[in-house]
Formats: sequence, structure tokens, C-alpha cells
Amino acid sequence: MGLSVKLLKKVKGFTLDVEWKIGNELAILFGYSGSGKSLTLQCVAGLMEPDEGFIRSNGDLFFDSTLEIDVPPQKRSFGYVFQDRVLFPHMTVRGNIAYGLKGLRHSDIKDKVGQMMNLFHLQGLEDKFPSEISGGQKQRVALARALIRRPKALLLDEPFSALDGPIRLEMRRLLKDIRNDFDIPVVLVTHDVIEAYAMADKIIVYSEGRVVKTGSPSEIFYLPVGSEVEPLRDRI
Amino acid sequence: MESTLLFSLRLSVQVALAATFLIVMVGVTAAYLLASKNFKGKEFIDILFTLPLVLPPTVTGYYLIILFGRNGLIGRFVYDWTGWGIMFTWYAAVLASFVVALPLMIRTTRAAIESVDKSLINASLTLGHSEFETALRVVLPLAKKGILAGTVLSFARAMGEFGATLMVAGNIPGKTNTMPLAIYTSASSGDWSKANVMVIFFSLLSGLFLYIANQFTKRTI
Repeated sequence: MGLSVKLLKKVKGFTLDVEWKIGNELAILFGYSGSGKSLTLQCVAGLMEPDEGFIRSNGDLFFDSTLEIDVPPQKRSFGYVFQDRVLFPHMTVRGNIAYGLKGLRHSDIKDKVGQMMNLFHLQGLEDKFPSEISGGQKQRVALARALIRRPKALLLDEPFSALDGPIRLEMRRLLKDIRNDFDIPVVLVTHDVIEAYAMADKIIVYSEGRVVKTGSPSEIFYLPVGSEVEPLRDRI
Repeated sequence: MESTLLFSLRLSVQVALAATFLIVMVGVTAAYLLASKNFKGKEFIDILFTLPLVLPPTVTGYYLIILFGRNGLIGRFVYDWTGWGIMFTWYAAVLASFVVALPLMIRTTRAAIESVDKSLINASLTLGHSEFETALRVVLPLAKKGILAGTVLSFARAMGEFGATLMVAGNIPGKTNTMPLAIYTSASSGDWSKANVMVIFFSLLSGLFLYIANQFTKRTI
């Protein structure tokens, strides 16, 4: 159950030194830009190699510096949705979503892609290219592509920050809805207080490469003990 | 006279096609490795592949003789085993064109591969595709225009190769006299009418190739 992470990573004068554990819930990594949230996701996804630590999910070990285990990103089976510029521009919406699958029969791929198109309200856009659809639609395609092969965890790096207000609300609602279909840990990186409050089961507050507080939204925002949380909370 | 002219044209196209085929195979692989990997001696490999672009083709040809000549470092073994030597055959013209035109392919393709957004490559990896699959399905398709431009430029350069070809394949009428060599023979023997035909033909053809290459590298917005 869940995802547990302990990371030490030094990059250009910045040190990330964090440890946290979540269940099959939606956890928000919350903090200012440059506090190490995105770097954490890159390490978890396998795109960056931590100097020390471990990454475990549901009994699988993906990284362990003492055992010298470092599973490459393509074998980790984590869905990863980036901030923007994420879809393959030379593939249609259907092609992008189907790219998340491999080794299946043509008819199975068609069925699964069809299911995801319905789940993410993308009907009618099958043959459009990324340059022909809106920002909100692009992020829905990116989510569908990341989730189609039923990943072990979903990692979202500020997925809605480039979207307009109303569409952002719609995407948050959609993400909450689909969580019922996918019983996996979801880690969402944001510096948006409202997003953190509205979405999270658990909030992990980052500051300068460290975890300064962990708790439910109400624990974080109504009972702030750590001084590090207050300036973030006051941005509401 | 017409038949010798046609022979030179046919030979030039044949040599350029064969060289371009090899250039695409080797060039795309080399460009991909140079663009996406860090390894020891990378700088050296890069310079080695680029040298024929700036060296006088006769110098490149000289090195090819040292390597592939009957007494050459590699050619010696080939001759010992097979009794065959590449020098003064049309294969030698292919080799010369290949080495001289390869840098154009590598440089154009490498730039195109380097301009592919890294986050798309990361997206492909996190979607469960190996680096090789990612190269085939994401990187190379997105670098397609650069690869096509490089192919056209290499073909044009291979077709016009003269110096290195003369060194390794010679200028044997009816055997290795490609069009650039035939032009040289005609001009040096005072056969201006024949030279004129070939020069005009070559100029138009090269202009056409540059036009095609430009179409590939134009930005499409």
C-alpha cells in the first residue's frame, strides 16, 4: 500500500533531503517554487538519480542506494504528468493515449483507448493533433495517457497551473472523480494554496529542500505551529 | 559522345545513391549518439567525423589510400583474404563520397535531434518505452525534417565529389569517371561544348537540391 520515499540529492548548491510516506491517497507536495517539489517527483519517476535513499511502492523497491538498486523510468510504471509541453506533437489524441500501452492486440488497444476517451470526456477529438486542441483538453489527454496502463502511482507536476481558472476547477473535479477508479497513491505538486486545500488527503509542506510539516489540510491550515507554514498560508 | 556522357551521369547517380544510403544509416546513428550520450572520447569522435568537411578532399583521399589501399592498414587484410582491392573501382568512389558527405548529415541531424524537447523523451520513458523505442517513435520522427534536409544535402555533396574520388577511384573512362571527373577531363582536353552541357546540368541540379533542402528546414508554424 502506498508510496514511501527517502531522498538525498545535491544539485548545484541545493540540497534535497526529504522523507515521507503516503497511502493510496492524494498527497500534495506544497511549497514555494524551488523548494525541491519537482525534483522529488523526478527522482521518484526515475528521471533523476538520488545520491542516497530509497523509493518503495506496494512492496516493490524502485531505488535503494545501499542495495544499489535503480530501476530505470520505463520499468517503474509510474504515471507522470508534466506541467506543459507534454503531448507528442506528431501523434493524434488517439495515438498519444495509445502510446501508454504496449504489447497488446490491436482490438484491446482500441477498447482501452475508447474507455479512457470516455472517462476523460475526449470523445470526438480522436484524430486531432495536440496543436488543434485546448490547454484543458491537452492535460486531459496527458492524464488519460498516464493512467491507461494502470500505473502503480500517479505523479502530477503542477498539472493545472497553465490553465485558466474555470478549467482548472473542472480539472480538479475530474481528478477527484477518477481517483475512485484508480486506487493508487497520487502525488500532486503545487504552490497553489487553494488547490492544496481543495484536493489533498494529506499535505506535505516543503521548504528549502526539507519537509517542514505533514498533515491533513485542516491540520496544516488551521493549526499552524511551524513558522514555515504561516507565510505560505497567508498567501490566501 | 552522348553515351559516355550518359555513362558518367548514371555512374554519378549510382555512386551518390549508394553513398547516401550508407550515410543515412551511419549518420543518423552517430548523430543520435553524439546528441544524447556523454562518453569518453566524444569530442574526438565529433572532430574525426567533421574533419572531412574542412580538409581538402585530396587529403581525405590520401588518408583513405593509407587505410584502404592494397598495402593500407585495413586494405592489406582485405586483399590477403579475398584477393580483392577497393582502389580504382566504383566502390572506392562510394567510399570517398561517403566520407566526404557524412559530416553534413551528422551535423544537420544532430542539431535536429538536440532540438527535440527533453520532456517529451522523459514522457516516453515514464510511459514504459525503452530508450531505443523512444528514439524510433519520438526522437527521430520529431527530427525528421533535419534528417531529410541532411539526406538531400549529403546526396548533392556525394554527387559532386571530386578530389577524394580522384585519389581513390581514379579517372578511368567507362569505369570510374563520374560526372565531376568527366567535366575535368573535358575542360582539360579543350572539349568545351561537352563541358558546358555537364556544367549547366550540374548547376541546375545542385540548385534544385538546395531548394529541396531549404523546404525541409523551413519553419512550419
